[in-house]
Amino acid sequence: MATTAFLTDSTLCIGCKACEVACKEWNEVPEDGLLFTGHSYDNTGALGASTWRHVKFVEQTPAIGCGGNDPALLSWQFSSDVCKHCENAGCLEACPTGAIVRTEFGGVFIQPDVCNGCGYCVVGCPFGVVDRREGDGRVFKCTFCYDRQLAGLQPACAKACPTQSILFGEIDEMRQRAEERLAELHARGMADAVLWDARDTSVGGTHAMFLLRGDPRAYNLPSAPEVPTVYQRDGWRAAAIAAGGLLLAAFGAFVAGGHD
Amino acid sequence: MPRRPRDPRLPDAASEGRLDELRERAASAGVVDAPGVRPAGAPMPLANGVAGTAGDGNGASAASGYYGRPLLKEPTWTWEVPLYFFVGGAAGAAAVVGATARAMASDETDLVRDARWVAALGGALSAPLLISDLGRPERFLNMLRVWKPQSPMSVGAWTLTAFGSSAGAAAFADLVGRRAADGDSRLAVPVRVVGDAAGMLAAATGLVMTTYTGVLVGATTIPAWNRSVSVLPIHFAASGLGAAVSLLELLGHDHPALNRLGIAAALAEIGTGVVHELDGDPAHAPLKEGSSGALVRAGGVLSGPVPLLLRLFGARKAAAVAAIAGSLLTRYGWVAAGRISARDPSLPLGLQEPGHHSEGIETP
Repeated sequence: MATTAFLTDSTLCIGCKACEVACKEWNEVPEDGLLFTGHSYDNTGALGASTWRHVKFVEQTPAIGCGGNDPALLSWQFSSDVCKHCENAGCLEACPTGAIVRTEFGGVFIQPDVCNGCGYCVVGCPFGVVDRREGDGRVFKCTFCYDRQLAGLQPACAKACPTQSILFGEIDEMRQRAEERLAELHARGMADAVLWDARDTSVGGTHAMFLLRGDPRAYNLPSAPEVPTVYQRDGWRAAAIAAGGLLLAAFGAFVAGGHD
Repeated sequence: MPRRPRDPRLPDAASEGRLDELRERAASAGVVDAPGVRPAGAPMPLANGVAGTAGDGNGASAASGYYGRPLLKEPTWTWEVPLYFFVGGAAGAAAVVGATARAMASDETDLVRDARWVAALGGALSAPLLISDLGRPERFLNMLRVWKPQSPMSVGAWTLTAFGSSAGAAAFADLVGRRAADGDSRLAVPVRVVGDAAGMLAAATGLVMTTYTGVLVGATTIPAWNRSVSVLPIHFAASGLGAAVSLLELLGHDHPALNRLGIAAALAEIGTGVVHELDGDPAHAPLKEGSSGALVRAGGVLSGPVPLLLRLFGARKAAAVAAIAGSLLTRYGWVAAGRISARDPSLPLGLQEPGHHSEGIETP
């Protein structure tokens, strides 16, 4: 089985949200609130238990070039966010039931028949993707369309994308296409185009990469995400010190004698 | 016949001309370093005056993130979890005190008995607290379908299972041993051996019970928690020890060792409190400000200075009440602080805000 990945090219995204709709339809994800956020045309808000694709609407001061807009208008970037399917996945490492597994395609999959809703993966995800679904009790996130991939199909969001902003394929090919596209964008004067690919962090790379214009932080994409497993070394060392101290204190307290 | 008004959405001739000009320049130069056209009537956002956009400085940028929306999800833990931290921590420390008393002060049979019962009842209460917090409580046994040392939650589930069983066995053996001493004395020795072995196992797992919750909370993405990962296990162990000896004192025990341990726990709590108060880490603001800060600080004062002073003046029962209340408030305070910390995207995103550290963050 090939190791696969998403490459989301936000320079091609038109903000139609077909990916959000296709994801909900295929995966039978329930409705999770019809809210007006006031944040541009984004009323989806954030990824969550019942939102597995989320089109972000980033309004920025326009950069001249690329047929830049009228200075009175903001530049408008759209980017379809998704579970990053980390190489070192915080949710997977935190899961105490083994419900969260890595698939043969490299994605991170939550087995809904095993999850007991302990919620520890929720505080294990450095991207705020996985969450517990109200009224259900279990946690949910993007499945990387595991069922479709098993049948040789591409994920529903990539299939539905009308501009090929969401590319899906073999991960090395996606990385190569990302580099080529980045070079093309730079050649066209889009000097602020960047590739977000968390390979040099403790997350160890992801199966969802993003081509963006501007600072990734404007898209709520952290530059230095950390898989929380990295904190355990210090934590267990402190626990060992605390346990040793507790034991010594207890012995010392009784060695010092009883009633006079 | 009046002239039909021009549809404002249709591009006018000037725009069309400008677009042709841009296309020509793009074809010849490859790059057009010039402003384009304003699509009349298009839903393009305006650069100023619109709330929640980049125009008012509160939009999507390297300084505010994505409209200031949280990056992380808040912990889903309900009220049962901090209560479990308190109960499990006190029970674990009680098992350690009980086993030590059994080994070092063998004439203190009532103290050993009560320490074993505090441990056993705490262990028995911990399981339903943790199970009722689950989204699917009927699947609690799935916790035991894998053993995953890299998951502090898995370590905790297995530790609680071993602790609950051994602490329960130790208390039960104590009960049977007392009955046996009255009647059939042949049972006394094997029951005592089994009870002591169970008590030792309960103490060993009790050491993990009092400390692992610090790792559980610290090894997460929540900044207020993970920046304290080296202190939390010590803080929580001191909190559990303070609560355990206090419970035994309130049950009527006045062994001097309990007072000494109460003083040690209070000193450790003062130490961890000072460490947190003195560091200028912005991630720790929820531990010092607002309602969660009030809870953590009240818990710290009631766990550290208050019982220390009361113990130095011999008011052991009052000190015990303060330490138990302090331990409880501490656990609720830390969980509440984690919720507030999760809402602030500035640290996990590495936002460019004055007064906030951003070392190690590469700006593309």
